Amino acid sequence: MTDPFLILDLLLAGAVIALAIATLTARDLFAAIVLFIVLGLLSALAWVRLSAPDVALAEAAIGTGVTGALLLKTLHHLRYVAGTLGEQAAHGVTPVTPVPMSVIWANAAFCGLITLGLAIAFLDAPLGGPGFDALVADAMPASGVDHGVTAVLLNFRSYDTLMEVVVLLAAVIAVWQIERGLSEAPAPDLSVIWQGFARLTLPAIVVVGTYLLWKGSEAPGGAFQGGAVLAAVGILLLLSRLYVPHPSHRALARWGFVLGTGVFAGVALLVTGGGRVTFEYPPEHAKTLILLIEGLVTVSIAVTLAALFHGREPVALRAKEAGHDA
Amino acid sequence: MLDLMAASLVVFGAVFFIAGTVGLLRFPDIYCRLHALTKADGLGLALVALGMALKAESFGEVFRIVLIWFFVALASATCGHLIAAYARQADREGKA
Amino acid sequence: MTPDLIYGLTGIAVFAIGLTGALCAQDRLRRVLALKLCSLGAGFLLVVAAWREPPAAPDPVPHALVITGIVVMISATAVALALIRRLQSLEAEDDD
Repeated sequence: MTDPFLILDLLLAGAVIALAIATLTARDLFAAIVLFIVLGLLSALAWVRLSAPDVALAEAAIGTGVTGALLLKTLHHLRYVAGTLGEQAAHGVTPVTPVPMSVIWANAAFCGLITLGLAIAFLDAPLGGPGFDALVADAMPASGVDHGVTAVLLNFRSYDTLMEVVVLLAAVIAVWQIERGLSEAPAPDLSVIWQGFARLTLPAIVVVGTYLLWKGSEAPGGAFQGGAVLAAVGILLLLSRLYVPHPSHRALARWGFVLGTGVFAGVALLVTGGGRVTFEYPPEHAKTLILLIEGLVTVSIAVTLAALFHGREPVALRAKEAGHDA
Repeated sequence: MLDLMAASLVVFGAVFFIAGTVGLLRFPDIYCRLHALTKADGLGLALVALGMALKAESFGEVFRIVLIWFFVALASATCGHLIAAYARQADREGKA
Repeated sequence: MTPDLIYGLTGIAVFAIGLTGALCAQDRLRRVLALKLCSLGAGFLLVVAAWREPPAAPDPVPHALVITGIVVMISATAVALALIRRLQSLEAEDDD
């Protein structure tokens, strides 16, 4: 017990497991979501301890911050719909039916088996063994950036990253389709103090988001973390009603969604030729191209995440009513 | 000397955090809890930030620490207000 | 007891809790939360796999994979939550 960090590790690990259990056993759904947010933040802390600051930033911003906002918004909607039916604000929203004991046992056995297998595989695996470290280190000079994770994301494995942006695009299209004509729960009325807070913080968040993006080429940070922070601007604007989506902004939003994907794919194709394959940036322009892609992808991520939070496509009220009646 | 001061400030700040947590767990209703949480944690955070600022290597770092302190304090004050306002509204609706 | 062992087992535990929850929870929102726990556990395992004894830098490839995973997860969550909202509204209309 010489290493004081060991105590921190054990405490943090214990807290994470306890919070995971508490998230699923909490009676109140609101409490469950808040516990989940705390769990995400503690995991981010654990990942900093495991020297993964990029991942920790992404988890804190996207996996916890934006996701938490999405979950709370959904809960608000569900409670509102349940409330209009005159039901008690239910703890669980779906009606609970009794489950046969045999199913519970089968589930438990299945989960136990999978966990056991995972644990055996994990304990047998050579930890800290050679991974891709050497390969990445060798290729770094040609990548155009000085930070390993950014190089992997936007140069060595940019195919994955392009697909990731496409998944985000697909999500927003799906959400707009699913929510078409869905009546919306009225947003809670936030007070003047909240508006003042939003006004004070907004400029700072914009600066932080841009800084994260810019810093990404040499230090932890980058398009996804910066984009999520900028999405927070959108969420704040929507919540404080400093910005109310108007139907005529739809075209602009659509351009925002596809901008990142379009430019990313466009650059990937344009560098092809002269003996190079797709995504093989010419080394002398690599940094410029990566920054260009990152910047526009950031804009797309921010717009898309904010749109995912807003949910319903902004439509004219009359058009919506007509669609509803038909 | 500087190390000692920084360390004692951080420990002192941690004591306030613990006090705030004890208050959160022990106080009877939501307003008392909020009072314990926002006040004690606000002071605790300020002390921890001050301690860390003493250990900072450059002026830029101090500036960033001050900014972090400012925004966390701002956010916690706003959150405290929102929670209290929501609780009061819920109370009134419950009585009505 | 090294950090990778501690957090690796934590990741497995979180994954197991999430899996059990996903199978046993009846409420839709809770099931989504359980699946998110699974993804968190998987993230822990990947980050642990990338970890190296401190002076050495961690392996960036798993880190990039986890970041990709986080973004894909939020896309999936957003669609799942939209479906939940829609389903609830449809059920409410049926009840009327």
